[in-house]
Amino acid sequence: MAGSFAHWGNDLYTGRRSYPIVQRRGLWFSIVGLLSAASILVLVFQGLNLGIDFRGGSEFTVSGVASTDEDIALDTVATVAPGEVPHVTRVGADSVRVQVSQLDNDETGELQDALAQAYGVAPSEVTANFIGPTWGESVSMRALWGTVAFVIAAAVFMAVYFRAWRMSLAAVVAMLADVLVSAGVYAVIGWEVTPSTIIGFLTILGFSLYDKMVVFDKVRENTVAVTEQTRSTYAERANLAVNQTLVRSINTSVVALLPVAGILFVGGFLLGAGTLNDISLSLFVGIAVGATSSIFLATPLDVALREREPRIAEHTKKVMDLRAGLAAEGASDDLLAAAASGSAQLVPGHHQGHTAQPKRRR
Amino acid sequence: MLLTILTILLPFGALLAGWQFDEKSSDNPDGASLAPGLALDLQGGTQVILEAVTSDGSEITPEAMEEAIGVIRQRVDANGVTEAEISSQGARQIVVEIPGEVDDETVALISQAAQMKFRPVLTYGAPQPTVQPSASPSASAKGGSGDDAAADGGENAGAEDPAELEKKAVEEAKDVNPTDGSDLAQITPSVQALYDQLDCTNPKNLEGGGGDHPDRVLVTCDQTGAAKYILGPVEVDGTDLTSATSGLIPGSNGTVTNEWGVTLDFNSEGTTKFRETTERLTSLEPPRNQFAIVLDGLIVSAPSSNEPITNGQATISGSFTRDSAATLANQLSFGSLPLTFEVDGQNQISATLGSEQLQRGLFAGLIGLALVVVYSMFQYRTLGLLTVASLVVAGAMTYVVIALLSWTMGYRLSLPGIAGLIVAIGFTADSFIVYFERIRDELRDGRTLRLAVQRGWVRARRTVLAAKSVNLLSAVILYFMTVGGVRGFAFTLGLTTIIDIMVVFWFTHPVMELIAKIPFFRDGHKASGLSADRLDLDKGPRYRGAGRFSTPKPEAADAPDYGTPSRERELVTAQSVTPTPRTTEDGRRMTIAERRAAERKAAAGSAETTQTAQNEEKH
Repeated sequence: MAGSFAHWGNDLYTGRRSYPIVQRRGLWFSIVGLLSAASILVLVFQGLNLGIDFRGGSEFTVSGVASTDEDIALDTVATVAPGEVPHVTRVGADSVRVQVSQLDNDETGELQDALAQAYGVAPSEVTANFIGPTWGESVSMRALWGTVAFVIAAAVFMAVYFRAWRMSLAAVVAMLADVLVSAGVYAVIGWEVTPSTIIGFLTILGFSLYDKMVVFDKVRENTVAVTEQTRSTYAERANLAVNQTLVRSINTSVVALLPVAGILFVGGFLLGAGTLNDISLSLFVGIAVGATSSIFLATPLDVALREREPRIAEHTKKVMDLRAGLAAEGASDDLLAAAASGSAQLVPGHHQGHTAQPKRRR
Repeated sequence: MLLTILTILLPFGALLAGWQFDEKSSDNPDGASLAPGLALDLQGGTQVILEAVTSDGSEITPEAMEEAIGVIRQRVDANGVTEAEISSQGARQIVVEIPGEVDDETVALISQAAQMKFRPVLTYGAPQPTVQPSASPSASAKGGSGDDAAADGGENAGAEDPAELEKKAVEEAKDVNPTDGSDLAQITPSVQALYDQLDCTNPKNLEGGGGDHPDRVLVTCDQTGAAKYILGPVEVDGTDLTSATSGLIPGSNGTVTNEWGVTLDFNSEGTTKFRETTERLTSLEPPRNQFAIVLDGLIVSAPSSNEPITNGQATISGSFTRDSAATLANQLSFGSLPLTFEVDGQNQISATLGSEQLQRGLFAGLIGLALVVVYSMFQYRTLGLLTVASLVVAGAMTYVVIALLSWTMGYRLSLPGIAGLIVAIGFTADSFIVYFERIRDELRDGRTLRLAVQRGWVRARRTVLAAKSVNLLSAVILYFMTVGGVRGFAFTLGLTTIIDIMVVFWFTHPVMELIAKIPFFRDGHKASGLSADRLDLDKGPRYRGAGRFSTPKPEAADAPDYGTPSRERELVTAQSVTPTPRTTEDGRRMTIAERRAAERKAAAGSAETTQTAQNEEKH
């Protein structure tokens, strides 16, 4: 299996096997468009399930309980504070978390004692918290502004590094789509949004940009002197880059996902809700989406944008004309195929014609 | 190389030295420990979120927030709480994190409003107590410095409990009818007793805390503990101060002197009251011509009044430096705000839940690491071990740096921080993957391992550096622009990125260069992850430079087909039409001249001359 995976990688590298990822970009764009539209619809109509840090309220944690039956908590809250709709969650192996809207001090003490009695634990095992509704909001607002600043800075950095603002734009747009789709998945499943989720989303953002940076660096490497030759177009070279970096992308996403999956499964099935779980849920979705979009969205988007660049457009036209000429002259099929795969490696043993010989520059 | 080893080992040495010479213990909470400090969510404790509110809706400046934090820190520290973390989050929120449980009284104490008042000085003296209190010394801590006292106890209360004295003083308050705020009759025996007992060298008495009654006499300490005072009733409220600025004092003829001072500006009400006060104080003898500025129960400054201030603009001069003037101005501006703190959230995190999360988190991290090891061995065979070794080095460095930072900077590892570390495994492993893939690409191009490592490194280095810069950029920006958990996360992200770069440059690459010389890897053993077989080096001819091609081995030609490549290229040399030998006896590929000679020899013996010549043309 590993052997054939390696062989597959070899074929992708030499261009012997090539997936028309850039060429089929219309398909990917429509898929992403559909998903984004669906995400927006879900976010607008269903909305995110905001956690207590954003809603505000009182929270009780009962530790060391014998049974984590949620009905006990529901009944207790109903007797102490009728009219409250508690939100009961199991936390860890033997803890229960009860969230209600904000209670005053007397009610808090009363409910604390009642919960301790109901679950048969000492009152000191019941902790009471309350969180103001502005708390989560103010933290998130700071995070939002930080993110905006970071995205702008990263966009500028990439534009300078690649010397192409279109490339930077493609990366940022693809990254925003990643975050949008991840948020959509989050809303559909109805996971609670806590400050930890915000951190998770920031990581998605960082990973997504990082991954795009690696893929784009390969594109840059393959296309650095693309206008100085006439064998393949920018799109073909970019497609080769995506194919060549496919093995890396798969390996990286697997390696990045494995530890997160570790937390998710250890956390989700052994721990119950908690900060780690919140973060790993958003990370798992985000890393998977981010790695996929680097290949299927970012690069095709980059090609679509760069082909509008006059220099690239002119070159593409030139290559296509030449190729049509070659085909008309009856060039062998494999030569054309090799050129179209964008392979940097020439077919050994072939004479490339006198145009391929070094020329003295005048 | 030496530098490399030094850089990697230096933090270890520093930590060990710190652990040896400055070990963390209960009486040395700031000492070094081999285990990093844990944040509240892992350690358990109470988090109180205070929101600063101004009653008149005026704006809270960052300087005022700094002062507010200073005031709260003073209260918390003096309350005997060790290792409390106090930080501002957002424009107007202050988060106080206290390990262990906190009772409501403490919360009430730290959330009290900090008020500033102007009071006349009755007398002052050295900070040491003149009478040793025979009652339990802890009692003085309870009363703090905000002791209200008035009235005549009538007896020698020298050794009495301050709380008792206070009560007595309040009860008898009406007996004295002071002519004005500076009347010395206000210093009754019980007040005197309190004053005598007060020990301003004891840090417990410098905790501050509001609640001093404006109409009573106040016995309190200077903020620095340098002196103790008896003060009269409040003359002017801090809120009557509109602004306090520091600067060089203008001289009488309008020129600027070289002396630093603080200029006070009062509103109309404050102007009237301040005029009355200064008119009275100026004529009195020292020290009664001084007025004290009391912030949060402690004296910030006690200037003497030289002349009546009628226009509401006073200047405090003295031996100020530029910094001390600015500090005083900041304190005064903060005191002028009608600032109160509202408890916006109170979070108790049980210690058991925190440690449970920590254990499970570490467990999850180990499982993740084990999976990464298995996967990279599967992908890269023996070379995967280099990934594992690099991850181990990176992990050890991260641990040591975090332990160092928690010693020197008070960094606390939080749950989001741990999540950041676990995610960092993926980011870190990626740099090795990028590097290995580049080496493989070079091998696929037919280079030797030594050359492939050299060229692959140059290309991989650029990609790794560019991608990591984006990570670092995000970490730095998020660290400086956000608060709370996001900040802890950004910190670990930045830290691991830097360590990752260090490990790739100073560990993975040098080791890769070393193992490229080992025959096992150099010759592409099957289990090395770099075998010619896995990289298809045996398939088809490859240009090897200097006019030489590597030829496929015979068995590669009929190797089983793996899948169906979409476009199998037809290779010219695969046309088996040349019966002429193409290699010399020693296996070296013939030069064109040699081949021609061989062909001529063969042609002489057969009639296939034309066929060969045609074939020759293609090369």
